[in-house]
Amino acid sequence: MKALVAVKRVVDYNVKVRVKADGSDVDIGNVKMSMNPFDEIAVEEAVRLKEAGKVSEIVVVSLGVKQCEETLRTAMAMGADRGILVETEAPLQPLAVAKLLKAVVDKEQPQLVILGKQAIDDDANQTGQMLAALLGWPQGTFASKVVVADSKVDVTREIDGGLETVALKLPAIVTTDLRLNEPRYVKLPNIMAAKKKPLDKTTPADLGVDPAPRLTVLKVAEPAKRSAGVKVASVQELVAKLKNEAKVL
Amino acid sequence: MASYKAPLRDMQFVMHEVLEVGNTLATLPGYEDATPDVLDSVLEEAAKFSENVLFPLNRTGDEEGCHFDNGEVKTPKGFKEAYQQFIEGGWTGLDCDPQYGGQGLPKVVGFSISEMQCSANMAWAMYPGLSHGAYAAVNNHGTDEQKALYLPKLIDGTWSGTMCLTEPHCGTDLGLLRTKADPQADGSYLISGTKIFISAGEHDLTDNILHLVLARLPDAPKDVKGISLFIVPKFIPTAEGGVGARNKLACGSLEHKMGIKANATCVMNFDGAVGYLIGEPNKGMQCMFTMMNAARLGVGMQGLGLNEVSYQQALAYAKDRLQMRALAGPKFPDKPADPIIVHPDVRRMLLTMKAYAEGGRVFSTWLGLLLDIETQSQDEAEKQDASDLLALLIPVAKAFMTDNGFEATNLGLQVFGGHGYIREWGMEQFVRDARISQIYEGTNGIQALDLIGRKVLMDQATKLRKFTKIVHKFCEANGDDEQLKEFIEPVASLNKQILDITMQIGMQSMSNRDEAGAAAVDYLRLLGHLVYGYFWARMVKTAQAKADTGDAFYQAKVATARFYFAKLFPEHLSLTAKLKAGAKPLMALDSEHFALHL
Repeated sequence: MKALVAVKRVVDYNVKVRVKADGSDVDIGNVKMSMNPFDEIAVEEAVRLKEAGKVSEIVVVSLGVKQCEETLRTAMAMGADRGILVETEAPLQPLAVAKLLKAVVDKEQPQLVILGKQAIDDDANQTGQMLAALLGWPQGTFASKVVVADSKVDVTREIDGGLETVALKLPAIVTTDLRLNEPRYVKLPNIMAAKKKPLDKTTPADLGVDPAPRLTVLKVAEPAKRSAGVKVASVQELVAKLKNEAKVL
Repeated sequence: MASYKAPLRDMQFVMHEVLEVGNTLATLPGYEDATPDVLDSVLEEAAKFSENVLFPLNRTGDEEGCHFDNGEVKTPKGFKEAYQQFIEGGWTGLDCDPQYGGQGLPKVVGFSISEMQCSANMAWAMYPGLSHGAYAAVNNHGTDEQKALYLPKLIDGTWSGTMCLTEPHCGTDLGLLRTKADPQADGSYLISGTKIFISAGEHDLTDNILHLVLARLPDAPKDVKGISLFIVPKFIPTAEGGVGARNKLACGSLEHKMGIKANATCVMNFDGAVGYLIGEPNKGMQCMFTMMNAARLGVGMQGLGLNEVSYQQALAYAKDRLQMRALAGPKFPDKPADPIIVHPDVRRMLLTMKAYAEGGRVFSTWLGLLLDIETQSQDEAEKQDASDLLALLIPVAKAFMTDNGFEATNLGLQVFGGHGYIREWGMEQFVRDARISQIYEGTNGIQALDLIGRKVLMDQATKLRKFTKIVHKFCEANGDDEQLKEFIEPVASLNKQILDITMQIGMQSMSNRDEAGAAAVDYLRLLGHLVYGYFWARMVKTAQAKADTGDAFYQAKVATARFYFAKLFPEHLSLTAKLKAGAKPLMALDSEHFALHL
């Protein structure tokens, strides 16, 4: 069975980003970029499935600028077999990504698609769900456990009330949560080997998808600075403040 | 909470933008796969391992130390697991020969990784570091059979190595060495003697430990010309490369040390242990010399690594710690006090640490590249130049980087004030750990003697001129650049002076050899500043060219360079004055007069 994993190149989680002076976007010039941590978990899960003999081939896909190749190489160093880069300079929103991934899925015909539940840059948490809808496949989002058996996959999901397990018929979409696994440290020989694994390039035009944004960003602003707290004298005062000032009760 | 992040951006700046190592590596056979993107991936993964696996074990390892029980040594909690993860990741074979299972990557990237490991956990890093030394010895001087038997094990990390040189009465002066090697009928030798200060001499990380021991054959000449090198395994290997019978050698005790407490420093007793000659009889010192450049640069990296990690903690603390107001008026009126980074003297300390770290990084990376050229180049002239520059500058790297490293860790502690003196903050550990780097692998005083005697005066400054020529060419080519003038002029001036100063010392030492000895340490620092000045000017050139990118990294680089030239480089003035004063003030006081009561 073939598994396809989508990986996104994002600002490294250690970087404190700044908003551009004109408020148009976040300034990502010259900052360290890495694989989205949720996607690392997705790759790791696919590699574990392969090691367990459930998956025979892992294809990783990334969409974006040329440097996404580095992200694909990292995924291949972790254990993916080959990479596909859908190269574009255009800003990509979740719907465009889902459409592009659908086109890749149509070509590659994987039985399982694993994505991070969200990317740590825009935190949209939409691509996996949109892709499932476009493909008409079942989806198991926010997975903390994935068991592939026969022609189905049991996905344990992290939901508000606890855990929920869904049984999905393959082919299916899985999006990963943080507790699913702990990604491995890449082995040095695998970094070298990743360089020699096949990496194909394509473009949105080749895939017949128009990636133009459907949403317009009006303004990007930093969150309001946290102001100093106040000490309250009694529980009554606290409740009153929560009711009247904070308006959370 | 202490934290360490590998300075990847600066490493990449040095490698790709200043030194453009990719261009050089591309000309060296064997490094076809070591393209800049691969080097970056390797550095990034090594950074993750150093930050997340090694660094958390640094302070706990220091607190716990190694355990000795009846000849057995246990490393601190977590060390074995980290080592296991390290060898499973294939890191022990990084720059080793692919024929024996190594990855064949350039040495230059290996040294950057060793900086990270020394920042994260110097005591841990020494275990694989010593194995790498043993690898180099066997690889350079072993027979094909010895290589086939030992190298794969050293490369995959299941066996480790040591260097057994020092004896109780014989430290710097190896000519005094007494350990004996008795030839046996089967071609092996029985080694008897006591070795002390043996790093990683005994531990629980590997299945076997290969001791590289300097010893004397029965008919050997008395001095250093009568020393041979032997490989003495803890367990005698079986023909198939397995672990066989226990050899007659044992760890007698662990030393109780000031720092690197998590590294086992052992007294090793060899009681007729079976050993095998490596290289030719009586040529043991030459075998050692071929490894010395890499080993000494390795120690320099320890100075650099500790400099960097101490700087990172001090910087975070200086931004966080609120005490007093800026002298020129409050900078953060909404806070109860300003963070101490506003104060000029705190900045002096931080910038000193920063300037020495970044200067050391570019210098050592360049030397790492020269080591690659020296071993891999097909061009004999290029090879010879690399070899000469290394011979000249390795003592500078070892001593200048570790002296600066110790100074930096001490400043880092000072930034923390009283908290620096308290163990929990971890700053005093860096000071204690850094201290050894000035002592072992040839004390810094010995490095200075090696520099001025063997490397500079012995060949009438021929090697020195190779370096000053490089500096001269750079200054000539860029001296007219208005933006670079303020950096180039002081370098060009010192570059000229150093040849005159060298001549003078040479003349004086012809009539009095003490003159060279008296000049040595100051002279090494003087050359150190010439080297750092040259590389700071080069870094500025690269950074200035990219100033219009608006990237703050380049602005910080130029500002740090200005600090270096204004506040650290001028040390050359006092060094010059001290050198002029010669040996007399040191030798005038009669030894008998060094007394409490006269």
